[in-house]
Amino acid sequence: MTATVTTDPRVDKSARGTSRGSGGARRRLPRIPDRIRRGGLPYLLLLPAVLLELLIHLIPMIVGIVMSFRQLTQFFISNWGAAPWTGLENYSIAVDFDAPIGEALLHSFFVTCVFTFFAVGLAWLFGVTAAILLQENFRGRGFLRAVFLVPYALPVYAAVITWAFMFQRDNGLVNHVLHDQLGLTDQPSFWLIGDNSIYALIIVSVWKGWPFAFLMLMAALQNIPRELYEAASIDGAGIWQQIRRITLPSLRPVNQVLVLVLFLWTFNDFNTPYVLFGKSAPANADLISIHIYQSSFVTWNFGTGSAMSVLLLLFLLVVTAVYLFFTSRGRKGSRA
Amino acid sequence: MRHLRAAAAITLAISVAAGVTGCGGGTSSDGGSNESPKTLTYWASNQGPSIEADKKILTPELKKFEKETGIKVKLEVVPWADLLNRILAATTSGQGPDVLNIGNTWSASLQATGALLPWDDKNFEAIGGRDRFIDSAVASAGKEGEPPAAVPLYSLSYALYYNKKMFADAGITTPPATWEQLVKDGKKLSKDGKWALGAEGSNLSNNIHQTFVLGQQHEADFFDAEGKADFTSDGAVAAVKQYVDFMAKDKIVAPGNAEYAQNQSLTDFAKGKTAMVLWQAAATTFAAQGMKPEDWGVAPVPVPAGAPGAGKQTNSMVAGINMAVFKNTKNIDGAKEFVKFMTSDEEQKILCKTYGSIPPVKAAQEDPAFAAPELKVLRDTLATSAAPLPQVPNESQFETAVGTAVKELFADAAAGKPVTTESVKARLEKAQQTMQQ
Repeated sequence: MTATVTTDPRVDKSARGTSRGSGGARRRLPRIPDRIRRGGLPYLLLLPAVLLELLIHLIPMIVGIVMSFRQLTQFFISNWGAAPWTGLENYSIAVDFDAPIGEALLHSFFVTCVFTFFAVGLAWLFGVTAAILLQENFRGRGFLRAVFLVPYALPVYAAVITWAFMFQRDNGLVNHVLHDQLGLTDQPSFWLIGDNSIYALIIVSVWKGWPFAFLMLMAALQNIPRELYEAASIDGAGIWQQIRRITLPSLRPVNQVLVLVLFLWTFNDFNTPYVLFGKSAPANADLISIHIYQSSFVTWNFGTGSAMSVLLLLFLLVVTAVYLFFTSRGRKGSRA
Repeated sequence: MRHLRAAAAITLAISVAAGVTGCGGGTSSDGGSNESPKTLTYWASNQGPSIEADKKILTPELKKFEKETGIKVKLEVVPWADLLNRILAATTSGQGPDVLNIGNTWSASLQATGALLPWDDKNFEAIGGRDRFIDSAVASAGKEGEPPAAVPLYSLSYALYYNKKMFADAGITTPPATWEQLVKDGKKLSKDGKWALGAEGSNLSNNIHQTFVLGQQHEADFFDAEGKADFTSDGAVAAVKQYVDFMAKDKIVAPGNAEYAQNQSLTDFAKGKTAMVLWQAAATTFAAQGMKPEDWGVAPVPVPAGAPGAGKQTNSMVAGINMAVFKNTKNIDGAKEFVKFMTSDEEQKILCKTYGSIPPVKAAQEDPAFAAPELKVLRDTLATSAAPLPQVPNESQFETAVGTAVKELFADAAAGKPVTTESVKARLEKAQQTMQQ
């Protein structure tokens, strides 16, 4: 291999300008030109990924954006081309917050913000706590680590269906413990309908999301040199000071990515509310993803649904950009 | 170098393959043809206890069809939760089956897409004529005044199922024929952790089926003559309130039923926790849950006291499954042939007996098997007092919007919040406003 590679460029150069590949054609396969091999090969290797990215993400996204400008109802789904262009009408319906559709979207947006704040915050808190606790070497550490990762390894649907069973009012485990055994409530509570539904949603989401935070932070903690802690403890720093002054600042780059990823996943989460609540979520747990699903698939109004999706995409892009701008600026500042 | 070149060649090949498969497909035509006369694809709905059971039931019949016509039918049984989305995807892409089952309440919505073969006189003639079918079943296959978008395949209606022992223990001798009686009996039955009536408060479709019938009894149609949503009429409000009041005011439905959406009310019934359910063809489920046929009785769904009275007043929707053909099929003659086979007298008897449904084909109904007590009630209801759900293009939106309103009202009732005419009207008002015309 090495010999071929080192000799090849010369051969190539000598062949340039003559009829290429004529002499050795039978013996050797047609050769990739030098220029392409040097400059183009990386691009060639990227090509499948780019093509698949185009097919799976970008083209559907563009189609979605185009759909958002059309009145794509059931009258036109068998022949998209015939759907009338409506300009910005779908958008004006979606953002007309005085009218019921816009109002419902705004409500759903607020619910999603509250849900995301608590779900991401708690997932991070649990993750960081568990990761720090499991840094110490003790018997059973490996076992605990494995157990903590179980929610992350379980198939989402199976796990959430199990939660839905546990949250049932009459036969569910949650009420059995809270009401029947501990007697904390006067009456068995509803978790899957009504006002408590947001708590059920946050609990399941945190349960599902924190092992990822734990995993990432555990890996990040391995990279903090032990000497720092030793030096700190010699200087008289207690455990809290060590966490505050050494651990958290060292975790900062990981946290930056982790919180962003958790935010995007949680804000967009469709599986959890869909499996818990079905096609129509209670008003208190009407997350934006399920709201958009209902606005397009259940009511067959794909134009308005697409417009809402585009708005959601824009919102997430803006949040991500602002977040990255501030966090990276802060990091540069701290370095300087 | 050789490795490098091989790697480059492989990536190029993969890229090209991905590109080709990505851009391929999408040959949709409007007319339907007979390009592949020897095969058909059929999406069946899940009618039996499981998908596997359906395959076992249908495969011998399909073999029979293949023997008769030489056409091989590729069967796929699609679960209800996926069926509508699958149909929408097939409609959008033009890559669907040739023949498929649809829930009859979707008929007008799917008709509006224009993707299904219209069953005009000529097409009906090809399967033996429109007269072979019961009128109410054909009426549930599309918008009035237009050729139906599908052909009735299995029919069902609602009935009142009651637990004989619980009735006897409470000293009730006959099942209630009016709502007034049902509430009165219900109060006797609802005690000691047991309840009179089951409901599926979080099941949007079921909420619609029940409130639609009550609406008919209150002279509300939910849609006006032009097909515009009319959810807030006095009749509609009264109907929804009456249904939710079984829990909120009359207290004959257990509060827990507000979150039921997966037929838990049937389990409660089979366990003797509730004395009555309003359901369609529940016999097989009861048997599967360990109930004996003599444990339960069946009666027509109650009606309001006074005129026009039982037997004339609407007391059920026309429930059922229709069979449709995608217009762009490549085997149009074979598809019609298959519909003809499935709706033939003989096949109707075989399939409906197995599934516990009523044949929408008049001649097949004459079979003595359909005169057994449960099926007789269902059959008579279908023949005399069942009405199809509104056959309007936005029926699907209606189910979601009003079904959700009823679900939320049940949640209020279960949490002990008051359910008043105003609160019902406000929810329905909101539902109506979300309907885009």
